Amino acid sequence: MYDFNYQRASSIEDAASKHAAADDARYLAGGMTMVPVLKQRLDQPSDVVDLGSLGDLTGISEDGGAIVIGAMTTHHDVATSDLVKSKIPALADLAGTIGDPMVRNRGTIGGSLANNDPAASYPAAVLGLGATIRTNKRSIEADDFFTGMFDTALEEGELITAVSFPVPEQAGYKHFPNPASRFPIVGAFVAKTGGGVRVGITGASPCAYRQSSFEDALSGGLDPESLKGIEVSSDGMNSDIHASAEYRAHLVNVMARRAIGG
Amino acid sequence: MPSVSMTVNDKQVSGEVEGRTLLVQFLREHLGLTGTHVGCDTSQCGACTVHVNGRAMKSCSLLALHLDGADVQTIEGLADGDTLHPMQEAFREHHALQCGFCTPGMVMSAIGIVNDNPDLDEKTIRHQLEGNICRCTGYHNIVEAIGAAAEDMKG
Repeated sequence: MYDFNYQRASSIEDAASKHAAADDARYLAGGMTMVPVLKQRLDQPSDVVDLGSLGDLTGISEDGGAIVIGAMTTHHDVATSDLVKSKIPALADLAGTIGDPMVRNRGTIGGSLANNDPAASYPAAVLGLGATIRTNKRSIEADDFFTGMFDTALEEGELITAVSFPVPEQAGYKHFPNPASRFPIVGAFVAKTGGGVRVGITGASPCAYRQSSFEDALSGGLDPESLKGIEVSSDGMNSDIHASAEYRAHLVNVMARRAIGG
Repeated sequence: MPSVSMTVNDKQVSGEVEGRTLLVQFLREHLGLTGTHVGCDTSQCGACTVHVNGRAMKSCSLLALHLDGADVQTIEGLADGDTLHPMQEAFREHHALQCGFCTPGMVMSAIGIVNDNPDLDEKTIRHQLEGNICRCTGYHNIVEAIGAAAEDMKG
């Protein structure tokens, strides 16, 4: 890995100003993707601004009808939170499937969302629940956040501070894991929310998305039988040694049905 | 160069490191604690597992500076003099190793598994071990050892 100028942020404002003052800075959250990326020289920032000291970005609370998770909260803490398990058990389940125990002890929800890996787990839940991403500048709705492969609506230097997940009436998540990396080959998060049924899909395409044909079919209730026979187009889907585009398209339907008990 | 201070195996340590210095490099090259191994160096195999503030983590994917002020425990810090930690003793008793390269990471992960799961069964042990790879494929005795140590650690 090439060397860089390491800087530790003392506050959210300090992080933003250190980022702005540097030539080409990156924020560092848990580092579970960032450090391997630097080691492989896939990225070569001049400065790394460490958010590890920002305790106010960590924690889980209830706010009205939503569960608010601080950006630096680890996957382990989401997976084992009594509040998340009681209000949105599917979200706790999802967090418990990410990586392995050591990755879950370090990796954070904010880091995962800012990175927007096509096979990351959290984007499915953010889309499926219609979450709101809070940053140091504004709030971004889930439908506006994921803009492309490894790309988000975040502006240069903008920092995720928390994610607000509306508590659904019912929700489920299932993924088909890559046997080596455990990343979802396809993951489906299905939720019945106050705003209707939402289906978030990850792993299948270059960017997580909502499967609107499934949402329409499930509008009368989360019955897996309603999804049987609905074809998903493989156009534009990911294809690699692990799964062809056609297989991923097939898995989208299977995972969505399994997410709701099918 | 920036300096970093942390507690390693209950001792206060410090050193000058680069921004890019990994925790595992700091442990092995600066402190001489070579019990923590680098296997894949791509955060998959778990040979580099140590405990940071009581939680198992992969030291090949952590920057040393990231852990300024942290409490780190490595395989060298487990035994009490000549008395092995119950997990080390169980690995010895059950011959839970072949070449031994993955063993330090296995032991550190295994202690984390026992701490996190009060009622361990074989299925849970195997599932929770997914971040540790034994290239000799000697998992059977490792799983046996963790189950036995879990009973010892209860007492």
